[in-house]
Amino acid sequence: MDIAVFTLAEQLILTLAALMLFTSFLLLAQTRLLTLIHIFALQGGLLCATTLLIAFTYGRHHLLISAAITLGLKVFFIPIQLQKLVTHLDIKREVEVVGHPSLIMLGGAALVLFSYYAVLPIRELSMLATRNTIAVSLAIILLGMLLIISRRKAVVQVVGFMCMENGLMFAAISATHGMPMVVELGVALDVLVAAILFGIFFFQIRTEFGSLDVDKLNRLKEVD
Amino acid sequence: MLNLIFSTSSALYLTLLFPLVGAGILALCGHRRMAGPLNLIICIATFITSLKLAVDVFYSGSIITPSNYFYVDAFNVYLVLLNSFVGMTTAVFSGPYMAHEQKIGRVKSAGMRLYHSMYQGFLFTMLLALMTNNLGILWVAVEGATLATVLLVSLYRTPESIEAGWKYFLICGVGIAQALFGTTLIYFAAVQIMPDSSQALMWSVLYSHAAELEPTVLLLAFVFLIVGYGTKIGLVPLHNWLPDAHSEGPTPMSAILSGLLLNIALYAVVRFKMLIDPALGTNIAGHIMMGFGLLSFLVAGLLLHRQRDIKRMFSYSSIEHMGLITFAFGIGGPLATFGALLHMIVHSLTKSAIFVTVGHATQACKTQSIEQIRGLINSQPKIGWGLLIGTIAIAGLPPFGVFTSEFLLFSATIKSYPWLVITLLIGLSIAFAGLFRHVQPMVFGPCPQGHIHIKANMWPVALHLCLILWLGIAVPDVLAGWIDQATIMISGKGVL
Repeated sequence: MDIAVFTLAEQLILTLAALMLFTSFLLLAQTRLLTLIHIFALQGGLLCATTLLIAFTYGRHHLLISAAITLGLKVFFIPIQLQKLVTHLDIKREVEVVGHPSLIMLGGAALVLFSYYAVLPIRELSMLATRNTIAVSLAIILLGMLLIISRRKAVVQVVGFMCMENGLMFAAISATHGMPMVVELGVALDVLVAAILFGIFFFQIRTEFGSLDVDKLNRLKEVD
Repeated sequence: MLNLIFSTSSALYLTLLFPLVGAGILALCGHRRMAGPLNLIICIATFITSLKLAVDVFYSGSIITPSNYFYVDAFNVYLVLLNSFVGMTTAVFSGPYMAHEQKIGRVKSAGMRLYHSMYQGFLFTMLLALMTNNLGILWVAVEGATLATVLLVSLYRTPESIEAGWKYFLICGVGIAQALFGTTLIYFAAVQIMPDSSQALMWSVLYSHAAELEPTVLLLAFVFLIVGYGTKIGLVPLHNWLPDAHSEGPTPMSAILSGLLLNIALYAVVRFKMLIDPALGTNIAGHIMMGFGLLSFLVAGLLLHRQRDIKRMFSYSSIEHMGLITFAFGIGGPLATFGALLHMIVHSLTKSAIFVTVGHATQACKTQSIEQIRGLINSQPKIGWGLLIGTIAIAGLPPFGVFTSEFLLFSATIKSYPWLVITLLIGLSIAFAGLFRHVQPMVFGPCPQGHIHIKANMWPVALHLCLILWLGIAVPDVLAGWIDQATIMISGKGVL
């Protein structure tokens, strides 16, 4: 596909999509908690930029509200709360040992290929930039899942969860120029409540288990 | 205001309004002694308005609000009624049960406030999920139901309950995110053919344009939707959170989670299947559902044998039944759909009755461990018989309603996929054996020391069991007509 067939705005969106995917890989590779949180904020910033770009290019002014919510929640509120928590619980300098890091990166690359493969049969998309953005957002969602699966720290799992949310928002914004306003508000409310509940859980886990390692949550078994 | 009360859709709004306002009020005064009765009163009010709504729909067909935001037809109205009914009977049990838990110090007063407020909040999100016409709001409501219950699962603050809460939150959150991606894809397909994008997520609008939607996008969307909502239904292999969440929370919550929430997620999947079938022209969505359903049915039956916790055991039974219903909706066709809809009702009624009984039993024996619950018929005859009859009903023995619906499902399977009946029969007998090897020693035999005598209010259980018995002997014309209307909507043809 020749990049010149796209308009300038589409090229910019594609660049932003590539950057978002790149930040997902950074999250996957990063073992320091504080840096991880900063990268997550950066990804939120990219999402916000994409939303603004689409809002202005296609005249979807309701997306400005959505961009403001993203900015408030994903760039400031959640990262700042997480950072406070990490400082408060004094796990700032902890470095997590990740098993088979290179294997996980290869797995991530395979997930990206899979995402492109999964959206390939959609005929309508063959000439649009949308095919790329849908594939990329699917990849971001799957990479978020991989992050949750491969890590043992509760904070990282939450970042993975929010990274999936970023992928979902990116899909809604880039492929369909935003869901109806009610839905976006509802989703944002759910994310906000989820973020608060995660905070409550951190304290509950910390008091009961003495650390935020989810490996210690191993009492309930399928069969015994 | 007067206008609102007398307009045709007033019952609809009030059904949503009561639990929402109730959640707010109980957040303030949920720790007082009158919170339990107040909770019940709100549930009764909700039940009355939903009854009115059901009568309206029965006489004048489906209702759609002027703003297009809410839509009630034969399919969801009976689930609305079932929801508010089970919510009400469980509230009867919940009041004294939670008061007892507070007395023995398992829950503090802040916990009680959270519990009562979220009881109503949870009912609200489920009713919203059922009645909304907007598929995006459906997702928001189902996710909201998770958020409302997640702190209730960890209410007792034991290590196990916190683990269960965390697992529930994370697995369901991740799962349901897939469903949002599926919904986005549906929206993407819809905006290609619809000029007005604000209507493109409305189910009623999508349904009338279903045949024009791009099939490849829809199929991809359905895969994400079944994985997403399937996590919430508890389909194997996405079921891991379910036994934990259902067993560690307070028992009234287990009754509602097992009896109602699983139905809501399944309802969402069936709604999407209705959109996807006309576009695809094949039953591939149905085949995916059949596969998931059959696997859940068999695996859950086997896992029943290896449980030590009474609430976990009955959660596996829920997975098994949800698997069977998913399988039946997957077969499609009028008879299977009719059976599946009936099975949703009887399973909800039976399972919530069982959990209420189990709640009494665990309070009397002061444990949830199966090995230490013994001789209930000797020590607490009402609880013992309730558990025994409930288990007989859920295992699918005549003359109870579960038998009727399973019989219908099996006849439908014989018609379309005769060989699968053998698998179903094997699964059913495995589950039957699993249930009775645990329940038999719990109800019969001598009773060990240390049990306390509690005042059990078995009226909700008796009411549910009578209803199931009634449905087993003869499905009343009104209900049959109703389910038939829903069957016509889903499968195109009626049974009656």
